[in-house]
Amino acid sequence: MLSRVAESLYWMSRYLERAEHTARVIKVQLNLMLERETEDDDRHWRRMLKSLAIDLAEVQAGEAQALAKSLIYATDSRSSIVSCVMAARENARQVREQISSEMWEQLNRMFHAVTRADAEEASDVSDFLQAIKDGAHLFQGITDSNMTHGEGWQFIQAGRSIERASALSTLLGVHFREFYGKDAEPEPLEWIGLLRCCTAFEAYCKAYTADLRPNRIAEFLVLNPSFPHTIRFSADALETAMKQIGAEVSSRRSARVERIAGRMQATLAFGQIDEIMSSGLHAYLETVLRQCSQAHSALYQTYIAYPIEAALQAS
Amino acid sequence: MAGTASQSALPAPFQDYGLDEAYDEMVAPDGNARPHYEHLYQTLRELPASEFRRRQQISDLSFLHQGITFTVYGRKEGTERIFPNDLLPRIITSDEWSRIEKGLAQRITALNLFLKDLYHEGRILKDGVVPRELVYSCKHFRRQMRGLYVRKDAYVTVAGTDLIRTPSGEFVVLEDNLRVPSGVSYMLVSRQVMKRIFPDLFRQCGVQGIEHYSQALLATLRALAPQGCAEPTIVLLTPGVYNSAYFEHAFLARQMGIELVEGRDLVAHDNFMYMRTTEGLRRVDVIYRRIDDDFIDPLAFRQDSSLGAPGLFNAYRAGNVSLANALGTGVADDKAVYAYVPAIVKYYLDEDPVLNNVETFQMSDAAERHHVLDRLEKYVVKAVGESGGYGMLIGPQSTAEQRDEFRRRVEADPRNYIAQPTIMLSRAPCIIDGKVQPRHVDLRPYILFGEKTTIVPGGLTRVALKKGSLVVNSSQGGGSKDTWVLH
Repeated sequence: MLSRVAESLYWMSRYLERAEHTARVIKVQLNLMLERETEDDDRHWRRMLKSLAIDLAEVQAGEAQALAKSLIYATDSRSSIVSCVMAARENARQVREQISSEMWEQLNRMFHAVTRADAEEASDVSDFLQAIKDGAHLFQGITDSNMTHGEGWQFIQAGRSIERASALSTLLGVHFREFYGKDAEPEPLEWIGLLRCCTAFEAYCKAYTADLRPNRIAEFLVLNPSFPHTIRFSADALETAMKQIGAEVSSRRSARVERIAGRMQATLAFGQIDEIMSSGLHAYLETVLRQCSQAHSALYQTYIAYPIEAALQAS
Repeated sequence: MAGTASQSALPAPFQDYGLDEAYDEMVAPDGNARPHYEHLYQTLRELPASEFRRRQQISDLSFLHQGITFTVYGRKEGTERIFPNDLLPRIITSDEWSRIEKGLAQRITALNLFLKDLYHEGRILKDGVVPRELVYSCKHFRRQMRGLYVRKDAYVTVAGTDLIRTPSGEFVVLEDNLRVPSGVSYMLVSRQVMKRIFPDLFRQCGVQGIEHYSQALLATLRALAPQGCAEPTIVLLTPGVYNSAYFEHAFLARQMGIELVEGRDLVAHDNFMYMRTTEGLRRVDVIYRRIDDDFIDPLAFRQDSSLGAPGLFNAYRAGNVSLANALGTGVADDKAVYAYVPAIVKYYLDEDPVLNNVETFQMSDAAERHHVLDRLEKYVVKAVGESGGYGMLIGPQSTAEQRDEFRRRVEADPRNYIAQPTIMLSRAPCIIDGKVQPRHVDLRPYILFGEKTTIVPGGLTRVALKKGSLVVNSSQGGGSKDTWVLH
C-alpha cells in the first residue's frame, strides 16, 4: 500500500472519530445545562472545552459558551465538527479508489449535509449533533461490512484507536481532577454526564449497577477490556492493528511500532485501579497520552515518512 | 427541406422541437422519427413530465453522491461542480458505428507511424509532405524524444477523437486528443446510471456494451511492460486531488485495480522508478500518466513543476519504465498539424481517409490568413495548442470587439492560430426544464492502441446545454449524455 494512502486512511479515521467525540460531548453538555444553576454556566463550558483539549489560555471569562458553539459550525476553527468532517472527507477524496464506493458516498453525503449554507438554521443543534453521531456510526458500519479487512482497514482502526485513547485520557483527566477527592462530592448527574460522554452509562450500570462510585467509574473507563469506548479497549485495538499491519508488510522495521503498541496494551491489561488511584490517576493518564503520541510517531516513521536511505538498505 | 419540416407541428412533448438547418439525430427532415430512435420517441410520448423530473433527480443525486464532479479553473467559489448529465441517450446505428470505428483505427495507426517517423528518420519531412517548420515550431514537439525507442512503437496509447456530424449527416473529425484525453469515466458512469433509469428502453433498443473498457485499458498498458518484465506493476500517475479530472483518475485506478500515485509517491533510483509503500520501495514498470509532458519531470522539463517525479525521464530513456502516452505526442494533435492528417494517412498507409477532416485554414499562410481575416464573422478561430474550449473565437456569435481582438492576436502570432468554417453540429433531443428540446452535440470515442486497436462502441457525447450554443466543453457550460451504439 502506498505510504500516502496509509496516511490518508489514518487521518480520515481520526478526524471522523474526533467529530463524533466532539458531537457527543457537546450534546451531553447541552443536556446537563438544562438542570444546572445558570450562574455556573461559564465554569461548565470551560470544563467541557478543556476536556476536548482546547487551549483556554486566551479565553476571557464569559466567552466560553460562544467558543463552544463555534466548535460545532465554525469552518475557521480546525477543531470544529464541521472542519473535522471536511478534513475526513478531504482525506477520503485522496484515496477514494482505495475505500469502497459506499464508504465514499456516505462520507460525501455527510459532508454535503454539514456544509450546506443553511446547515446552522435548517436544524436545531441537538438534531445536528445526533446526525453527526449517526453518520459516523453508519460510516463505521459500512467500513466494517464492505471494505477488505486488510492493511488499509487496519490503518483505519489504528487511527480511530489512537484518537479515542487520547480523547478519553484528556476527558477523564479533566473530570477527575475537578470531581475527585474534593470535600464536596459532585452531583451524581455530573458522573452520569461523564459516562454519557463515553456512551458508557448503560454499560457501566450493567457491570456495577447504578451505584456511581468514582473508583469504579475510573476502572470501567480506563481498564474495561470489552466496552469499545474505554482506553483499554482502544489500546487492544491499536495493538491488534499494528500486529496485523506488521504481518502484512513483512518489514523488519515494523518491530518498533509493534513494541510501543504492545507496551501500552500491557500497561493497561495488568493495571490495578486501586494502585492507579493511589499513585495518581492524572499521572497515569499522562503516561497513556505520551504513549499514544509515541505510537503515532513510530507509525509515521515506520510506514509513512521513512527516509529513502533506510528503505534502500532494507530492500 | 428543413423549412417545410418545421411547419409540420410535432406532437407533445415536442412542441418546442422545431427543426433547423442542423442535422437532427432523432427526427428526419420529413418530421418522423428516424427508425433507430423509434423506441425512445415512443417512450418520450408516453412518459408524463413528472416522471422525467423524478428520473432526472435520481440521476443528478447519483452523480452528486458519487462525487462525480469536475473543477472549474479560475473561480474561487463552487469550484467543484457536478457534471450535468442529460437523461436521453444519443443513439447511433451499427452501420454508422462501423464506419467510425474503421476510420478511427486507420487514423490512430497513421498518427503513431507519423510520431515514430518524426522522432527518428523524419522521412515525411524530407519528402515535404508536412512542412518541417510547422513541426519544429510546435510547442509540444519534444526534442528530448529524438532517437528514443518507445516500447512497441506505441506513442499514442490512449486517444480521444472529437467527431461532429455535419448537416449532411456525415461524421467528420474536428480534433484529435493525443496527450492526456479525459472524459472516459463519464461515459462509463453515465451508462451505469442510464441502465438504472431506462432499463426497459435499454433492453428494447439492444445496446452494445462498453463495460469492458477498463479491462481493455489494463491489457493495453500491460503490453507496454519493459522487456523481460512478466508481471509488471502498473500505476496511474495523477496531478492530485485538485486536478479537474481527479475523479476520473481515481475511478480508472479502482476499475483496473492499480495504484493511483502522485509525483511525490515516486522515487527514482539508479534509473529505475519506485513508489513509496508501507513496505518500503516498490518497483514501478508502467505508468499511465495523466500529467502533461511539461510537468512530468522537473529535471527534464519545467523546473517549477511540483507535480512530477524527478528522474522519471532518465528511467524512461533507459527503458526501465514505460509511459502511456509517450512524451511528445502533442505534436500530432497540434491544430495546425491536424490539417495534414489526411495527407499523413495517405503517406503511411496508402489509403484514403475514411473519416474526413473539417476544412482548415493555416493562419501562417498569408493568402489563407487574409481570406479568413476579411470574413472573421463566418469562421471559428482556434489557438493551436489549447484545448477545453479555451482560446477560441466563434465568428457568428462574436462581437466586433472580440473579432478585432482576435485579428490583432492572429497577426501578432499567425503560427499559433488556425481557422475553420463554422459548422452546425448535429442536434439531439435533451430534457431541458421538463421539455424535450434540441441541443448541439459532438462525439468523443476513446481509442486504445497497442498490440491491437480497441474502440469501445460509443464514447462520450458532449452537449452544449445553452440554447443555440456550439461549445460543448464542460468548462464552458457543456454536459454529457450516454451514447448507445445498437447491435
